[in-house]
Amino acid sequence: MMLAAPVIAVAATLIAGAILFTLLGHDGLGATLEIFVKPLFDPYRWQDLLVKAAPLAMIATGLAMGFRANVWNIGAEGQYILGGLAGTGVALSTLDMTGSWILPLMLICGVVGGMVWAAVPALLRTTLGVNEILSSLMLNYVAIQLLFYLMRGPWKDPEGFNFPQTAMFSADQTLPMVVPGTLIHLGVPLAAAVALTAFFVMARTVTGFQLKVVGLAPRAAAFGGFGAASTVWIAMLCGGGLAGLAGILEAAGPFGQMVPQFPTGYGYTAIIVAFLGRLNPLGILLAALVLALTYVGGESAQTTIGLPSAATGVFQAMMLFFLLAADILVRYRIVSGRAAAASAPHAAAAKEAEPAKGKAVTA
Amino acid sequence: MAGAAAAPRLELREISKRFPGVVANDAVSFQVPAGAIHALLGENGAGKSTLVKIIYGVQQADEGEIAFDGRPVHIGSPREARALGIGMVFQHFSLFEAMTVLENIALGMDEPPPRGELETRVRELLDSYGLALDPHRRVHTLSVGERQRIEIVRALLQNPKLLIMDEPTSVLTPQEVEQLFGTLRRLAAEGCSILYISHKLHEIKALCESATILRGGKVVASCDPREESARSMAELMIGGSLKDLSQKSTGAAGKERFVVSALSAPGEPPFGTSLKDVSFMVRAGEIFGIAGVAGNGQNELLAVLSGEERAGVTGSIRLDGRELAALSVGARRRAGLATSPEERNGHAAVPGMSLSENALLSARSRMGLASAGVVRAGATKAFAAKVIEAFSVKATGPGAAAGSLSGGNLQKFVMGREIMENPAVLVVSQPTWGVDAGAASFIRQAMIDLAAGGAAVVVVSQDLDELLELCDRLAVINEGRLSETMDVTGISIERVGLLMGGIHGGAHAAGQAGAAAGHDGRSPAPRQPEPAL
Repeated sequence: MMLAAPVIAVAATLIAGAILFTLLGHDGLGATLEIFVKPLFDPYRWQDLLVKAAPLAMIATGLAMGFRANVWNIGAEGQYILGGLAGTGVALSTLDMTGSWILPLMLICGVVGGMVWAAVPALLRTTLGVNEILSSLMLNYVAIQLLFYLMRGPWKDPEGFNFPQTAMFSADQTLPMVVPGTLIHLGVPLAAAVALTAFFVMARTVTGFQLKVVGLAPRAAAFGGFGAASTVWIAMLCGGGLAGLAGILEAAGPFGQMVPQFPTGYGYTAIIVAFLGRLNPLGILLAALVLALTYVGGESAQTTIGLPSAATGVFQAMMLFFLLAADILVRYRIVSGRAAAASAPHAAAAKEAEPAKGKAVTA
Repeated sequence: MAGAAAAPRLELREISKRFPGVVANDAVSFQVPAGAIHALLGENGAGKSTLVKIIYGVQQADEGEIAFDGRPVHIGSPREARALGIGMVFQHFSLFEAMTVLENIALGMDEPPPRGELETRVRELLDSYGLALDPHRRVHTLSVGERQRIEIVRALLQNPKLLIMDEPTSVLTPQEVEQLFGTLRRLAAEGCSILYISHKLHEIKALCESATILRGGKVVASCDPREESARSMAELMIGGSLKDLSQKSTGAAGKERFVVSALSAPGEPPFGTSLKDVSFMVRAGEIFGIAGVAGNGQNELLAVLSGEERAGVTGSIRLDGRELAALSVGARRRAGLATSPEERNGHAAVPGMSLSENALLSARSRMGLASAGVVRAGATKAFAAKVIEAFSVKATGPGAAAGSLSGGNLQKFVMGREIMENPAVLVVSQPTWGVDAGAASFIRQAMIDLAAGGAAVVVVSQDLDELLELCDRLAVINEGRLSETMDVTGISIERVGLLMGGIHGGAHAAGQAGAAAGHDGRSPAPRQPEPAL
């Protein structure tokens, strides 16, 4: 049932989407086909899918490691921006230079930038007990303002006709294409490699074990010697680092410069990807392709059938809602109102009663 | 007593209940007369729980019928059971800590009367049974015995004709047990039948006039517990002869291995107990017991000793002279300190993970189950298999989920995991809680063997009998304070009971040292206060 939930959610999204857009006066079935089916039959679109899926998969992989440990990093969007900005900082200060060391340095700084941004909620959580959901989310807006400030101020391209954007990156600062003549850049294989590495970490290392135990049974984790603080740090730094890497890969890849339109919501969409992929790195690769489809199909639907650009977001949001609903509902069955009412009071009280005070002796 | 001609209060005829793969109850028949106290005995898995659930309407029998006061009845739900006059006091209390006694009682009723009327009725009940309980106290301020009284009052408010008590004494002090028995005898005298479920055979001897013994879902014997010995009943339960524990060490002094001094720690708000100036010392080869009623700081002590709780802890914990107080959980384990907390599910073990992964949880450093951060899957599996083998854990193998094991088997695995790490010091809480007699004696023997090999063992338990059987010396914990240490040989049970109930001071100490019976004569409990010899 665990694996059925994503399939049910995707199917429900397609059906509900078709109905919704019909009610809104569009050709609902056509819109659904345009977004979810047509790109699959257009080989030219496949490279688009991979390019969009790569950052989603990378961010989701990092987030999933934290989600496994019940560390809820909602700040991937901000960490993605900061990763992009840190790498861009390197690029802008090496514009006049050449050398194959520049791009790796940009990537490293991107990772560090994401980590630094993620370290703020981690520090607040471990020292002051501040909920990381709120702090990481709020830092997203700070990151956006920082981006806008740099674009309109210190980092504005002096030869850019006053457009709020940086200079174009040089050849040594942009990602090489791994398949010549396509859009498929180095970030695509890198994302796959990251997911495979994460799969190994989660399955075979003590750190992966720690993240899983903390998520499943926090008290058992403490008993096993896994500190709560170290878990928060590992989870936040993994999530931030990978979001930062995805950020600089986007800046040095498809964008080729830093622009105010840099944040495209990948950090939020990756949350959907992580859950749709069952928090498993391999599942995430698949889920990233599904969500990439909504981006690619949504864009083409704008031009071909005049669907509003918000349609993409609507489909993504529906998918998350249906997934969450399916995850909950597969664990329950429907009972009649009377039977449920009769057994409810005792069950509720039993759940609340402190478990340590009385012990189960199953006879 | 009702006349012999009257129909029995409860009669089960050929009750059978099958679950996929197991027959939980196989043609079970017995009768409970009006006003009788009847014991239902059996090991874990014997089918007691299922049977009680059928009587209380939680589950339905596949075959057979139930007669109540001579009339065949169908009990489709607990509500119908209560309407018939069947009350039940569960072993797990269903109470909201932050609410008052009265609010909790009202919440548990099908149709609660107005608050004022309810309070009058509750006070009448409390008065007439001599139960001390303030209806306006909040539950988190109450002792476990007082909490149980709430459940009893809940049941009594329905004027039950049959009261089912499931393991009611497992968390009570000897004095509280005696009070409970007084209440139950009084109820029986008034004509209420009582179905009493317990592991504690001497209690059944003291309280019950008839008993039905279940094994493997079948009735294997009926007896009058007053005419049986605890041992003969235990042997009927397990269907074989009971193995004696090998003689424990006589406490011949080894060197001091584990020394705890002046340990204090804040309790976790709002309901935690803070530890106050706890000191004790355990020698090599010795088993040291810590008795006490649940919630008096045992869990806090375990957490502080294991290193899970280090914030605000003062005092010293020394193992072979080495100070551990500042070390992490992992470092303490590497230094030779193994612990096993009271709660198995979610604390000592992760139910959703395999036994292999659970072996990794605490044994990875001492048993070398990981190198350079990478799990050695083969070694981990082999260690888990070794524990399963050595401790006769009934599981399909190292890949079995911990949550799929019965409580007793999981406890054997957890204890086996800690003991096979061969620690210098083992600290365990409730090592045999919820474990059947055979497994319990196996676990106790393993601890005795570990101590015989030179380790120092600390056993925290609410089961006083277990401590008296196992330990060389013991102390009592109450409200986070540890009493002075007493030698088990010649200990005064009354004094231990008073310490458990929180009565400190020297008033009782004089002349009571020799008040205990010898090892074999220690059977009837609750022990009556005995005069000093």
